[in-house]
Amino acid sequence: MKVLVSVKRVVDYNVKVSPKADNSGVNLNNLKMSLNPFCEIAVEEAVRLKEKGIVEEIVVVSIGPQEAQEQIRAALAIGADRGILVKVESDTELQPLAVAKCLKEVFHREQPNLVLMGKQSIDGDNNQTGQMFAALANLPQGTFASELSVNPTHVTVTREVDGGFQTLQLTLPAVITSDLRLNEPRYASLPNIMQAKKKPIDETTPKELNVDSSPRFSIVSVDFPPERQEGVKVSSVDELLEKLKNEAKVI
Amino acid sequence: MNVLVIAEHDNNEIKGSTIHAIAAAYQLGGSVDLLVAGLNCSTAATNGAKIEGIAKVLLADSQPYENQLAENIAPLIQQISNKYSYILMAATTTGKNIIPRAAALADAQPISDVISIVNKDTFKRPIYAGNVIATIQSNDKIKFMTVRATAFESVLKESSPTAIEVIEKSFDLGKSEFIKNDTVFSERPELTSARVIISGGRGMLNEKNFKLLENLADKFGGAVGASRAAVDSGFAPNDMQVGQTGKIVAPDLYIAVGISGAIQHLAGMKESKIIVAINKDPEAPIFKAADYGLVADLFDVIPELVEKLVV
Repeated sequence: MKVLVSVKRVVDYNVKVSPKADNSGVNLNNLKMSLNPFCEIAVEEAVRLKEKGIVEEIVVVSIGPQEAQEQIRAALAIGADRGILVKVESDTELQPLAVAKCLKEVFHREQPNLVLMGKQSIDGDNNQTGQMFAALANLPQGTFASELSVNPTHVTVTREVDGGFQTLQLTLPAVITSDLRLNEPRYASLPNIMQAKKKPIDETTPKELNVDSSPRFSIVSVDFPPERQEGVKVSSVDELLEKLKNEAKVI
Repeated sequence: MNVLVIAEHDNNEIKGSTIHAIAAAYQLGGSVDLLVAGLNCSTAATNGAKIEGIAKVLLADSQPYENQLAENIAPLIQQISNKYSYILMAATTTGKNIIPRAAALADAQPISDVISIVNKDTFKRPIYAGNVIATIQSNDKIKFMTVRATAFESVLKESSPTAIEVIEKSFDLGKSEFIKNDTVFSERPELTSARVIISGGRGMLNEKNFKLLENLADKFGGAVGASRAAVDSGFAPNDMQVGQTGKIVAPDLYIAVGISGAIQHLAGMKESKIIVAINKDPEAPIFKAADYGLVADLFDVIPELVEKLVV
């Protein structure tokens, strides 16, 4: 079985971002970039399926700037076999619909049995690409997955939904988007990082894939959220209860 | 400029989150229709038809729509979408599962987690875990959106029932099968609709101590939540998580107990009307967001609160 995993290069989750001085976007200069945490979980799941003998080949694809090679290498170091970079200009970011269209083309070229991806990227927080790609490729979708079980024809997926869990059985090929609890990704070992440098990465572009990547929305401004005003400190439970009753009037 | 809201329901009642989405739809103007898709859901459609301001209810009652599988609902939405300028759902796990799939079929770029409608094509939404807010202008002809329920206040009123139009066409991708739901049963209200929420963080030290918070929540008839740190430490199940990666809540009263106040937690609760923070670390960032802060050991304070509280 062959698995395609898509990964995204994003600002590291430990970095606190701020708007640009002219509020035209987010200031990304000189920030630490990483593999999107949800994508990392998707890669880890693919590698575990390979270790169980269910999967033979793992192909990693990223749609991003030249620098996204670093994130493809990171996925190769976890255990993926080869990479594909769908290269875009470094000052443009494709919107989820265009990314989904690129993935559809890569899917048709590679013909994988299963596609694993993160449920959302921690920059745009859209939570869309997997569902859109599944729609365009006419595939079933198992979003927000916390548990998978794969056999040669089907995948059974447990989804994290409001109020509990939902279990679905999907016919392969299928699209799975990972939630946080699917697994805990391993750290890549130094030998694996060295080995990953020798693994092949092919390059293509949205244009070569015949994808219309024109933006569908524009960013008017990016701002900090309004600050909540700091309140008062109370010194005792009695004072707290008095305030909640007489001042806030919530009890 | 007509709006279609996709309802979530339990075959009988329209869910509260959908009522909030309808409130957002009214801000967009135009006439607002409600799609009720499912199996044996005509009671939900009848109840939807009584919501004040709804122009008409579209009822798609067919086996493939049972459990609201995105694979089957999305083509239904796409088929009727050209009559509308906006397609809305609440930004619940169901809405996030369905709307992007329907949008892609209609070649539209959806807008997730809308918290404010600026004008007919401009919307605000949080990005980077709520660290910044983006204002975006969409140039799609049909705008598919999920809206954050807590950002749109609903005043649900009943009126005399409007028309229900039945959609006979049924779509079935035939590639996904529902197996089961494991609903976490609780006597307490759901986090997203509770008037009072008591949340615990890493300061709770273990799972057993969450019982203290349950005692307090019971006095309020409230819900119990948890921070991501508490969930990751195994003190509480994930469906209790409040924050950017969990549930977004906005109760009248939110009491954060032993929670430091990481940005990702604040993103999930800072719209609460009154926030109380109880933490023994006076430097904890949660105090910056709290209306009332009490620097004290939670293991002294919570039992005292339970004892003294008269609701």
